[in-house]
Amino acid sequence: MNWNIIAAVCVVGGVGLIFGLLLAFSAHIFAVKKDENAEKILSVLPGANCGSCGYAGCGAYAEAVSNGKAPVNGCTVGKNAVAEQIAAIMGVEADEVQECAARVMCGGDCASVVYKFEYEGIEDCKAAAKFAGGAKKCESGCLGLGHCVHVCPFGAISVKDGVAVVNEELCQACGKCIKECPKNLIKLVPKSAKHWVLCSNPEMGKYVNQYCKKGCIGCKLCEKACAFDAIHVIDNHAVIDYDKCKNCGACARKCPRGVIHDPKKTGIDNA
Amino acid sequence: MALQIVSILLSALLTENFVMVKFYGICPFLGVSKKIETAFGMGMAVTFVMALASVFTWIANKFLLIPLELGYLQTILFILIIAGLVQFVEMFIKKSMPSLYNALGIYLPLITTNCAVLGVTLLNVQNYPDSFMFALLYGIFAALGFTLAIVLMAGIREFLDEDAVPESLRGFPITLITAGLMAIAFMGFSGFSIG
Repeated sequence: MNWNIIAAVCVVGGVGLIFGLLLAFSAHIFAVKKDENAEKILSVLPGANCGSCGYAGCGAYAEAVSNGKAPVNGCTVGKNAVAEQIAAIMGVEADEVQECAARVMCGGDCASVVYKFEYEGIEDCKAAAKFAGGAKKCESGCLGLGHCVHVCPFGAISVKDGVAVVNEELCQACGKCIKECPKNLIKLVPKSAKHWVLCSNPEMGKYVNQYCKKGCIGCKLCEKACAFDAIHVIDNHAVIDYDKCKNCGACARKCPRGVIHDPKKTGIDNA
Repeated sequence: MALQIVSILLSALLTENFVMVKFYGICPFLGVSKKIETAFGMGMAVTFVMALASVFTWIANKFLLIPLELGYLQTILFILIIAGLVQFVEMFIKKSMPSLYNALGIYLPLITTNCAVLGVTLLNVQNYPDSFMFALLYGIFAALGFTLAIVLMAGIREFLDEDAVPESLRGFPITLITAGLMAIAFMGFSGFSIG
């Protein structure tokens, strides 16, 4: 038989064999021990990979919990039911999950704001924000083109009258909209809280007054009305400290411009 | 010597850029270029594999194929070596460097079928059959050229998503047009020659 053919068969076959053996052995040597707890935790998690726990996905969170780096009640989507299951796997007591919802810190609807120009570009906030900061004269107003609506995996956000509104029941506090909003208007607020400030404008009251009827002018009436020291004017707009807020609603009743969301007063329906 | 290294560097990065001039590795170039971060991860994984593949295929060529006069087996043997190597590397870094595995892991199996890797090994044995160092350097520099192209592309695509692209051109059509324009831009380097 031709020597060349034998050599070719030997070389390719030999190299294939060597690599095959090498891979078989290394699969044995380099076998990674699987974390049993992490696998069990992963099986009880919702599997949405939303990232609201602060980890890259359900798998990363499960691993962190089993290593003791993350709390068992970190999954805001699974809520208490999942926290209890994880706690059972880890053999610890579960604390109650602090439920949050995203809130849009702007109430400047179409009737209340002054427009700089008429925007006819791409129907997307990020594109509009690039174009002279958007059509509303307020530099920190909701652009109302619904970028957050598209990124929300739970369909919890809708645009009503030019301002994005979050549906509390659907919101899982995953934080995707918070990262995407070009105006940084969305914040996480505990679901137990009934009041939040519908303005993020850092400008002085006299300017805000010129272009938004619903903007915070920093008058500090809410500060005086609050008996718990929970609301303060920071950067020329009111900010609520939810560790102190008792949901009494005194600030919302006092506010002369209806900036503070009150389920009864502002008319913005959160459900 | 130094001049020759610079010449290899410039030709691999610019004048003979793997993606833009030679059109190797177009699949990951279009597939993994949506975000700068992942594009860079892919580039680094390719660099790693190309350097290793250059080493092993050069050795196989020099000490196996040339003495036995089996040069025609280059393609099939190199494919075998690259595939085996990528599998091995994946296992190795999964065990020893979990953080690197998390960063590169998903891209590694993709690279097995990346023709740029096979391309660089075949060019190496053609151009530098006797110089191990040049073969290794060419492998690394070519991969850096790939990284450069894919990261540039990812940067452009991040902007394209938010720009006023006509409806019918959105997505892949405008990406292909962009790739074409980038290739034309890279042709501008082709006049350079050093050494």
